[in-house]
Amino acid sequence: MTDKTFIMSRRRFLTGAAVAASSLPLSGCFDDVASRDSDIRGVLAAANSLTYRVQRQLLDTGALAPEYSASEIRQPQRPNGTVEPQDDDYTSLAGENFRTYRLAVAGLVDSPLSLSLDEIRAMPVRTQITRHDCVEGWSCIAKWTGTPLAGILKAAKVKPAARFVVFTCFDTMENGFDGPVRYYESIDLADANHAQTILAYGLNDASLPVANGAPLRVRVERQLGYKMAKYISGIVLTDTLAAYGDGFGSYWADRGYDWFAGI
Amino acid sequence: MTLFSPPKGPLIYRQTLTTRLAHWLWVVCLFFLLLSGLQIFMARPDLYIGVQSGFAFNNSVLSIGAEPAAGGIAGVTTLFGHRFDTTGWLGAVEAYGELRPQTFPSWMIIPGFRDLATGRVVHFFFAWGLVFTLLFWLLASLVNRHIRRDLAPTRDDIRGLRRDIADHLRLRLPHQRNYNVLQKFSYLGVLFVALPLMIATGLTMSPAFNAIAPWTLDLFGGRQTARTIHFVVMLALVGFVVVHVAMIILAGPINEMRSMITGWYRTDRDEA
Repeated sequence: MTDKTFIMSRRRFLTGAAVAASSLPLSGCFDDVASRDSDIRGVLAAANSLTYRVQRQLLDTGALAPEYSASEIRQPQRPNGTVEPQDDDYTSLAGENFRTYRLAVAGLVDSPLSLSLDEIRAMPVRTQITRHDCVEGWSCIAKWTGTPLAGILKAAKVKPAARFVVFTCFDTMENGFDGPVRYYESIDLADANHAQTILAYGLNDASLPVANGAPLRVRVERQLGYKMAKYISGIVLTDTLAAYGDGFGSYWADRGYDWFAGI
Repeated sequence: MTLFSPPKGPLIYRQTLTTRLAHWLWVVCLFFLLLSGLQIFMARPDLYIGVQSGFAFNNSVLSIGAEPAAGGIAGVTTLFGHRFDTTGWLGAVEAYGELRPQTFPSWMIIPGFRDLATGRVVHFFFAWGLVFTLLFWLLASLVNRHIRRDLAPTRDDIRGLRRDIADHLRLRLPHQRNYNVLQKFSYLGVLFVALPLMIATGLTMSPAFNAIAPWTLDLFGGRQTARTIHFVVMLALVGFVVVHVAMIILAGPINEMRSMITGWYRTDRDEA
């Protein structure tokens, strides 16, 4: 499946709503909806396309996520998901403090980039105290320092055909049939070019710890935590998400979570 | 005219099609919202007051979990610092023939096992359903004057409030065309307070909506407080449904159900 998943008409949504409302209670067993192959799930998941479209309309202005005062930083940023990647390429980079790390920016760009951490730190700096909302339900406030992704995209000269930014990551989540499955995420260009979307290398006035995604993690402040990929190994501009994972656009989207996590 | 004497008056057309349609759409939406909402809550079965969740400090008001106990596990629910053993009901529940660490029993959640992703898909679908139904009902009820004619309490209603409470306490439930004043207040409370609060606190948990309308965070006292209010209003709505269904049964389930399905309602003789 491709990004077409996210495009549907209002009429199809309403028809689907009626179908789902009438058939679900009759089925007597709601557990079927947990299956990715279930037709009902497809209809229900279409509500997320509606959420995405409505929120994109309302967020057209580039509205900022709320930022907080330093007094709201009351605890260390709670790490979640992978907290210590065991992958050889990662541990060897971490062993030498990411001295030879390079961020590759590739795909639908006119000038592919390969940036060292020092080069990234020399780029414009943005610091923001924001609230991290996990899909599980908890929130945590921390201070993030990094460089706006928009600047990197501008330097790479994104081609007009590009629609998504894909973040590939070092951390292996599980072993699939085709070998290790690594974390990956993707966002649209509206979020990628948003003022608060930064590649963060600093957390609470220190360098980003391994548990929180060193050397680089992305902050997408208007979405939930799983969109903010940690341990970024590369950035790819693309017009389709079909080539990655199962094609839903992120490790967690491949596992049934909504690709758009604005709610 | 009371509970134990079935109404013998004329059939009257009491509920319009739009009212009935909206009613049953709400039943479906709220059923799925409740069970998928409890599923979502299981991913973090704690409620906090404030902007964030305290890990290095304590701002939790409710926490449901499992602890090791003699011969297995125990369900422990902590409410405002008071600990309760809720084994079998909350925190540690029977599943697949054994006591397992799970916040709610499987019959209370959709799907019937831990699945946050699916719970969210179901929840947001029916959340849209609830919003559309509420808007549809509001518009129709302004046009057909259902709100002003049937729901807005009159001066006589307010004057008779004390007597209406006494009637309810004695389970004296007259069958009339008009709602009694307690009915009016509870329906108005659900439609104009509880459901809008659910939608507003739900949206306040959305990081994208926070960027659109940051004032909602201030209004509800932070994202985690909004989440707690969302949970408390859910409990209030469950309480409403319990009382609502009890009253239907007490007042005569066949007559009451008929009026919400066909619109026709049999009233007491003395009113006709």
